Amino acid sequence: MTIGLGHYLVVAACLFTLGIFGIFLNRKNVIVILLSIELMLLAVNINLVAFSHFNGDLVGQIFALFVLTVAAAESAIGLAIMVVYFRNRGSIAVEDINMMKG
Amino acid sequence: MDSSVLYVVAPELILAIGAISLLMLGVFTSNGEAAGRTVTWLSIAVLIATAIAVFQGSGSSLVFGGAFVSDGFTRFLKIVILIGAALTLLMTFDNFGRAKLLQFEYPVLVLLATLGMLMMVSANDLIALYLGLELQSLALYVIAAFKRDDVQSSEAGLKYFVLGALSSGMLLYGASMLYGVTGSTSYATIAAAATIPEMSTNIGLTFGLVFVLVGLAFKVAAVPFHMWTPDVYQGAPTPVTAFFAGAPKIAAMALLLRFTQAALPGIAPQWQQIVIFLAIASMVLGSFAAIGQNNIKRLLAYSSIGNVGFALIGLAANNTEGTAGVLIYLVIYVAMTLGAFACVLAMQRNGRNVESISDLSGLAKTNLTFATILAVLMFSLAGIPPLAGFWAKWYVFLPAIKAGLYPLSVIGVVTSVVGAYYYLRVVKIMFFDETAEGFSPPEGRTFAVMALSAAFVVAFVLPFVGGTVVDAATAAASVLVPAHP
Repeated sequence: MTIGLGHYLVVAACLFTLGIFGIFLNRKNVIVILLSIELMLLAVNINLVAFSHFNGDLVGQIFALFVLTVAAAESAIGLAIMVVYFRNRGSIAVEDINMMKG
Repeated sequence: MDSSVLYVVAPELILAIGAISLLMLGVFTSNGEAAGRTVTWLSIAVLIATAIAVFQGSGSSLVFGGAFVSDGFTRFLKIVILIGAALTLLMTFDNFGRAKLLQFEYPVLVLLATLGMLMMVSANDLIALYLGLELQSLALYVIAAFKRDDVQSSEAGLKYFVLGALSSGMLLYGASMLYGVTGSTSYATIAAAATIPEMSTNIGLTFGLVFVLVGLAFKVAAVPFHMWTPDVYQGAPTPVTAFFAGAPKIAAMALLLRFTQAALPGIAPQWQQIVIFLAIASMVLGSFAAIGQNNIKRLLAYSSIGNVGFALIGLAANNTEGTAGVLIYLVIYVAMTLGAFACVLAMQRNGRNVESISDLSGLAKTNLTFATILAVLMFSLAGIPPLAGFWAKWYVFLPAIKAGLYPLSVIGVVTSVVGAYYYLRVVKIMFFDETAEGFSPPEGRTFAVMALSAAFVVAFVLPFVGGTVVDAATAAASVLVPAHP
């Protein structure tokens, strides 16, 4: 069996869905949310690289490089905000993020 | 690449170099408070210089392989964004000065966020769209949590970050699908590919469209992707909230306008359905959920959700007048919101800010000028003629009716009547309730923004104020949608 575009897209879709579920179903702590966000962005990268390969167009791989860079910056900011939050609240459990009614 | 490219991107270059130089200036100045003050003033100067550079541009040009566009539409929105950002910076001095938050990082982050917004407005390619959006969002996450020792502010930052990152992920997934299906990230190529009749039933294209729209709906806070708005608005320091409510909304709306009308005109019926749903849901939730609020920042958060719904009506109409309507709506919305937040900033007793609506009770007896200004803004937000808020709604409803969107227009009018209740309640509390302890008199710069915004709202009916805005918006919109068939 040859592995075609469809296989890559299915893997990426599974990872992306896992990422979204990880954000909404997780009740433990915020680090898991950060991991889920990374998972979503990596799923997108698989998509981009697969499309780029099968369409014979390099732009997708360039896009993937940009996404990697931005994802790194995003994690850095996310972790920094989380550290600030932990200092104030003494916890990073998801159910403790409730100072304002939402 | 010839040097003419540099003229096209001159505003962005000025802003980027300005932000980096001011960062250096701040880092190498030893006195924290004085550095903060200096850098904030210089940032306002940089924003003004950028606006002048935007004014210098003319015609329409595509640079960087078609990824960056500069035309009448981008110039109009960039000017509005820059004015909004400059006014919010002007409002920070007194509030941040009291809270010992007047640090140089804040204005630098605002400049970087504004740079991201200018990139968003000019984006003509999915990569440019994503990079502009992220530059803006990353700076905004940080300033939401700017009051570092305050648990509410850091919680606002955390919530904004998680939901913002989720929305960026959605948008990116949609962008990857669009790229895969059309084979390009450029709007022009996507538009050409999406116009082919058999593409209108392509599942990948629809998938990509839906995901990108979800991501953008998060950014403009349209229902059902609005959950972060009330919490972030309440938790973030008030000058930051004022910034959030203004410029980023314009940039995201501009992105939405160009993305739908320049990249995907071929499948307009598909995105029109989604936009109509977003508009109705936002208007209904914005007007009903605000009724029970007692915190004025939460009230304004729901008000901004409702206002986004009204602005989306113009987009749903999908014609030049509709786009012009959105632009007019955005200008008036920003003017009203900045004024309203300036009033919230002025609500302070003995150097401490209060945020509850009941604190406004009987304000007319202690400070009539303040009460009158806030009342004018509230009447305008409620859409009472002849104030600007009425004309904003007029210019989005009219094209929608012309386009045959009767149910949408009727729901819009009904929800704006419901919305009038909570705006007018604030007026009633100020003028007819028991007098509470008065506020300290508003500080000069905050008062200037309040007065400026109220004056704009009242004077909009005059031809040389309203007419100028309407003419400029119509000219800008005609560039984006060249003569609808």
